[in-house]
Amino acid sequence: MDVIKPNQVDEVVRNNVVLSTVDAAFNWCRSRSLWPLTFGLACCAIEMMATADTRYDLARFGSEVFRPSPRQCDLMIIAGTITKKMQPVVKRLYEQMAEPKYVLAMGSCAISGGPFVDSYNVVLGGDTFLPVDVYVPGCPPRPEALIYGILQLREKVANPKKIEGLRKHG
Amino acid sequence: MEKSFFNTIADALRNWLMNGLGFSDTAAQLTATAIWTLVVILFILMNLIVLVWLERKFSAFFQQRRGPNRLGPAGFLQFPVDIVKVLGKEDIIPANADKTVFKIASTCLFITTILAWAVIPLGDGVILADLNIGLFYFLAIGSTATVSLMMGGFSSNNKYSLIGGMRTVAQMISYEIPMIFSLLGVVMMVGSLRLSDVVAAQQNMWFIVPQAIAFLVYFVATVAETNRGPFDLAEGEQELVAGYFTEYSGIRYAIWMIAEYGNLVAVSTIASIMFLGGWNAPFGLTFIPGFVWLLLKIYFMIFLFMWVKWTYPRIRIDHLMHFGWKFLIPVSLANILVTGIGIYVYRLIIG
Ligand code: SF4
Repeated sequence: MDVIKPNQVDEVVRNNVVLSTVDAAFNWCRSRSLWPLTFGLACCAIEMMATADTRYDLARFGSEVFRPSPRQCDLMIIAGTITKKMQPVVKRLYEQMAEPKYVLAMGSCAISGGPFVDSYNVVLGGDTFLPVDVYVPGCPPRPEALIYGILQLREKVANPKKIEGLRKHG
Repeated sequence: MEKSFFNTIADALRNWLMNGLGFSDTAAQLTATAIWTLVVILFILMNLIVLVWLERKFSAFFQQRRGPNRLGPAGFLQFPVDIVKVLGKEDIIPANADKTVFKIASTCLFITTILAWAVIPLGDGVILADLNIGLFYFLAIGSTATVSLMMGGFSSNNKYSLIGGMRTVAQMISYEIPMIFSLLGVVMMVGSLRLSDVVAAQQNMWFIVPQAIAFLVYFVATVAETNRGPFDLAEGEQELVAGYFTEYSGIRYAIWMIAEYGNLVAVSTIASIMFLGGWNAPFGLTFIPGFVWLLLKIYFMIFLFMWVKWTYPRIRIDHLMHFGWKFLIPVSLANILVTGIGIYVYRLIIG
């Protein structure tokens, strides 16, 4: 019987068609059911609620289940101004979420501090302490923009290879 | 008609096991029971897919939204996709949790649900065990669900879970009493706890007519029993995050949800059997098989549950307790009294 060398095993695993297919299926399913965390920080949160409501209806895209517990959701929408006091809480919520988890920065506050950029107590964007996947600019962004952001995140989740080159954060 | 159909299948299976594979009598019986158990579990899971889809569509309908409509016909595939995603999530067990209890709590609730299904008939003779104390067994098993909810709340080592678990226990124990009392009226009229006897007694008139008050009490009490809105205080999101399953993620969370929906189907089935005539066809429409009638009635009950859930806001815990103890229990007791007097008078007149 031939002994398989260690690097050969790697080759076998890498070329295992079934494994990659299961992964792709999981990714596809993940991308189609991104459950957001019920969590808002400032005025953008109001717009996030409007997105889930009657007129814009986020439920159409499978993101209708806003879970209140971080253990059960996949997507953290940072909707609003992150103050220095709130930053540890946001970080903790992120750490409580179960893998795989994604972060969407909504509004200029969550992207870079927004109108409060020169304030003494505002954190300059969510990406200073969290791996943000998608940025949705605006003050506040319209619900359509948020839905578009979530659809972009869906592309990113479903095709991890495609965005490999563009990646900046972990 | 469907009695012969299902029984023919069962007999054929038993024959095949005994003659074709040379099983002994007991072994064939055991195997047939195992297969039927599997069928029941599959029935619950199949129902789940339809139920979650209906729940989302109804909630969308009541809130003038569209609901999921991208995956599959009218968003029907949304739930299977959700389940696959939930299966692929990380399974978090909190560091300070009581790990063994935490792990088995959700499975315990699921086992309770399956056990309760043992005595629920899905048609004439289509039943796992037609016990002569079937209803009693169902209620007894149903009340042990409280233990698993408490296990989940207590073992998570989280204050919100604990409060959620405590609330569930208080709520379920209070509402079990009017629920049982409301079913007693029917039992008095039939004179049997066997569910097939109850259905047989409704050949001419469904018990919702003489026992209308009992039906209403049963309905309200089961809404509280299954922890659905407007009585879903155990998982009131504003105050308790997600109640007793706050700390659960991934597959364990999915099992909680499956068990809850299984309970919902179980209580709807009991309501259809006790009050809505089970598999008896109304208006002599017997060309439609009884199984289909039963399913229609079950889904009608489920529709009522969803309608109530998505229409009324959640009420406060003390109001809930007052309503249960000071209104539902007296009403259900009075119903028992009136039923008893009615039966006595009826016997006097008939002779
Ligand atoms: S981006 Fe504008 S709307 Fe959004 S939280 Fe900041 S100030 Fe409010």
